Amino acid sequence: MRGFGRAQGALLQGGRESCKSAPCARPLLALLLILLLWPILSIAQAIQPLPFRDHAEELRFQKLSTELRCPMCQNETLADSNAPIAHDLRRQIFEMMQAGKSDDEIKGYLVDRYSDFVLYKPPVRPSTWLLWFGPLALLVIGGGVVFVQVRRRARTQTDLANAPSDNGDDW
Amino acid sequence: MSRLIPLIAFLVLVGLFGFGIWWNTQHDQHEIVSPLIDKPAPAFALPTLADPGHTVDKASLMGRPYFLNVFASWCIECVHEHPQLLGEMKQLGLPLVGMNYKDDPQEAIAWLREHGNPFDTIVTDRDGRAGIDFGVYGAPETFLIDARGVIRYKHVGPITPEVIDGEIRPALAALAKERS
Repeated sequence: MRGFGRAQGALLQGGRESCKSAPCARPLLALLLILLLWPILSIAQAIQPLPFRDHAEELRFQKLSTELRCPMCQNETLADSNAPIAHDLRRQIFEMMQAGKSDDEIKGYLVDRYSDFVLYKPPVRPSTWLLWFGPLALLVIGGGVVFVQVRRRARTQTDLANAPSDNGDDW
Repeated sequence: MSRLIPLIAFLVLVGLFGFGIWWNTQHDQHEIVSPLIDKPAPAFALPTLADPGHTVDKASLMGRPYFLNVFASWCIECVHEHPQLLGEMKQLGLPLVGMNYKDDPQEAIAWLREHGNPFDTIVTDRDGRAGIDFGVYGAPETFLIDARGVIRYKHVGPITPEVIDGEIRPALAALAKERS
């Protein structure tokens, strides 16, 4: 009994010794955290440092610039893009925010110059109805076709069950 | 008849995809159609490249139509369109105003010395703010502005002989018809 206890103690002791009394996982965990946060660091570096007044203003800027599309590299947001025009437009947004303009005013300013294209979420208006409601219309039409087909087939199947012979007209 | 449905559906799809391919050869997918067309050009007052102390503004250019060409020495496509600016575009008889966009003036001057200067006036937009007002998102871009200062036409990308014949000459013809 004692021997077993001692052996267990030695094992624990040995384990602890190789870690130098601090929990083993800590350096590894720190490394993992650094690796996890690395992409965020690189994003922070990609964007020019702007003198925000407070954190709320910075958050507002970040939100606004992710809702706007870079006109040059067309699948990137203004927040993500490194194109010179994205740099200029971020500066413009920042200056308009400092001048007390609302989000809608800033978006309106950019839409006036670069069209609805800069908005990731285009406004609902007659010219964008197809975009907004087209998929729904296709779904309704497709659903209608399937519904009619299923009903027709169900009817012919009951007819076939009543009729004794197959006419061979199937593909 | 019901046997033909898959064939018809297939032909419809072929037609649709064929139209898509044709459409993309005719249109630049990256071009953003400017909302400024048929609207007054934004007001600007910019220093000239030759003399930074001297500014040219929108009002001083009004009274006759002109081309506004956005160019820069760092712009590769500008080199490709330059022969058209020096040749056919100059022969169209309208003043050619250059907007040196986000460029170093010394490099711009050196670039023009190397490639030739087709411009009657050159204004500089070093920080790109006037460019934003014009909805510029790269270089080269070319605007046709009429005598009343209204933007009538915009071309994104280099001017080619096809663009001159297919778009710019018709736009000028429309302007001339209006005046007569």
